[in-house]
Amino acid sequence: MKRLTVPVAVLGLYLAVALLAPLLAPDDPNAVTLAQRLLPPQAHHLMGTDALGRDVLSRTMYGTRVSLLVAAAAVIVAGVAGVALGMVAGWRGGWLGAVIMRVVDSVLSVPFFLLAILVVAVLGPSLVNVVVCLAMVRWPRYARVAYSTTLQTRGRGFVRAAVATGAPGRWIVVRHVLPEVLPVAIVVGTLEFGLMVVYEASLSFLGLGVQPPTASWGSILSDGQQYIATAWWLATFPGLALFVLVLAVNLLGDAARDRLDPARRAAVTRRRLLRRAEPAEVTA
Amino acid sequence: MTAVLPRRRLAALPATPRYLAGRIGQSLLALFGVVTIVFFALRLSGDPARLLVPEGATAADIARVRARLGLDDSLWHQYTTFLGHAVRGDLGYSYVQNRPATDLLAERLPYTANLAVAALVLSLLFGVTAGAITALRRGRWQERVLMPIVLAGQAMPAFWTGLLLVLLFSVGLRWLPSTGYDGPLSLLLPSVTLASLSAAAIARVTRGAMLEQLSQDYVRTARAKGAGTWRLVTRHLARNTAIPVLTVAALELANLLGGAVVTEVIFAWPGLGQLTVQSVAARDFPVVQAIVLLASAVYVVVNLATDLLYGVIDPRVSSGGDHP
Repeated sequence: MKRLTVPVAVLGLYLAVALLAPLLAPDDPNAVTLAQRLLPPQAHHLMGTDALGRDVLSRTMYGTRVSLLVAAAAVIVAGVAGVALGMVAGWRGGWLGAVIMRVVDSVLSVPFFLLAILVVAVLGPSLVNVVVCLAMVRWPRYARVAYSTTLQTRGRGFVRAAVATGAPGRWIVVRHVLPEVLPVAIVVGTLEFGLMVVYEASLSFLGLGVQPPTASWGSILSDGQQYIATAWWLATFPGLALFVLVLAVNLLGDAARDRLDPARRAAVTRRRLLRRAEPAEVTA
Repeated sequence: MTAVLPRRRLAALPATPRYLAGRIGQSLLALFGVVTIVFFALRLSGDPARLLVPEGATAADIARVRARLGLDDSLWHQYTTFLGHAVRGDLGYSYVQNRPATDLLAERLPYTANLAVAALVLSLLFGVTAGAITALRRGRWQERVLMPIVLAGQAMPAFWTGLLLVLLFSVGLRWLPSTGYDGPLSLLLPSVTLASLSAAAIARVTRGAMLEQLSQDYVRTARAKGAGTWRLVTRHLARNTAIPVLTVAALELANLLGGAVVTEVIFAWPGLGQLTVQSVAARDFPVVQAIVLLASAVYVVVNLATDLLYGVIDPRVSSGGDHP
């Protein structure tokens, strides 16, 4: 897994910046100095300053905290809720399962960013509400995979054997079904993490996310749009920070999926074998 | 246990009238669920009357506005009235503009439809081409150039792509207008912005499907019989990779409709996305309900149509064969 060294290192770097932001940031992210407004990048302000004279590098560093925190919390809340509900639906079936899965279908049939905007509008914009909103919109993704994995597992020999020995349902679910569901849910969670970073930033960009003066990449970029004709640095650096993070997370997610998915794994091995045996096979 | 089969298998069942009726019923149920969730969520979000009255209005004024909008009735009464009207195509009057919500939507819809269709076409063009090339030219320079672009496209949020495009083409080079709608040129930047994410997703799925097919025996047979790459792609691979590509394209439509919100805000595009942001802020319930209903309906109908198309593209689906 050599190709994962860089993404892991990038993720580590972001984590370090988030944790050590107060030590690493050259400036107070919220210190308003109107005399220094909209300065282009220079020695004292490597990423320039914003309309209130605040240091963009410091604000971008503090923005890392918001991004990682919101994305991690959203993935965990949505994942736990989705896995629990999906497993209940798959294990119990019946009217309860049917109701849960119809709600899943309904939520998944609304373009989810629209739904996210709606939920934030209902709850009011704040850090906690962004997490709640993303979790409410994304749990069905986990519920669906948990549901189908539970159904598949329910019919397998070791679960039937456990049922036959009279083990209590709750015990079987935790001991036998959960270990099958968990890896799948973790892969979905990794793939979702990058998406959550993007959607937190999008909500903040629309003014529906974390509220000022707290620094968030989305809200800095929103300023960037306002001053796009004069201050290019506002519209570029926080976006770059976001882009690199999401790229690294996506690469990890892909790798996790490849490791897990037996069909894909088989296809990769088959292709490797083929390539070794007949190098001219795939290209023409 | 037939009632709890996972969805993927349902899609592979024969397209009999009974199956069709079931799928349509399922879609209607999903729409009904959406409308219900949105209706009650909106009612929890706060009092629109407060936002409608001018500054310094008395409690009596607010009460009068509430009564006029029917917000004094019980929730259940409001809900049943709303459903009754909605079935007849009446989605209520906008609180803010005092016009039917459906009129407002009809006015904005063409702009968003233009944008979404242009973006879908662009992303299919780029996605399918890039996916096919990277699969056919594995390990060559074409793959080494295109794959990073695809990976980057997937990690670029729409609003940043949009800002960069404006920065480059409007502010820097002054080639293109940055905001508003005047003429077909102004469609260019917004649709490229909106297409970027979907294009990457479509490229990856096309590539995956192509690679899968390329390792099949029939490809080797076709090659052995002297088929060139072009013939192989058009005669053999196109049909066999169409299903996954079509599926992801239908799913991407949801992202396009959602992404349109941010894109429209960046480019001051007078479509449904901007209307959404404004209506949510003003708690204009009827308009928000109408938008969500419309977006979900489009999504559900497109996915239903895709399911039915499977049978046309791949006869194995409709003959009930065990297609994975």
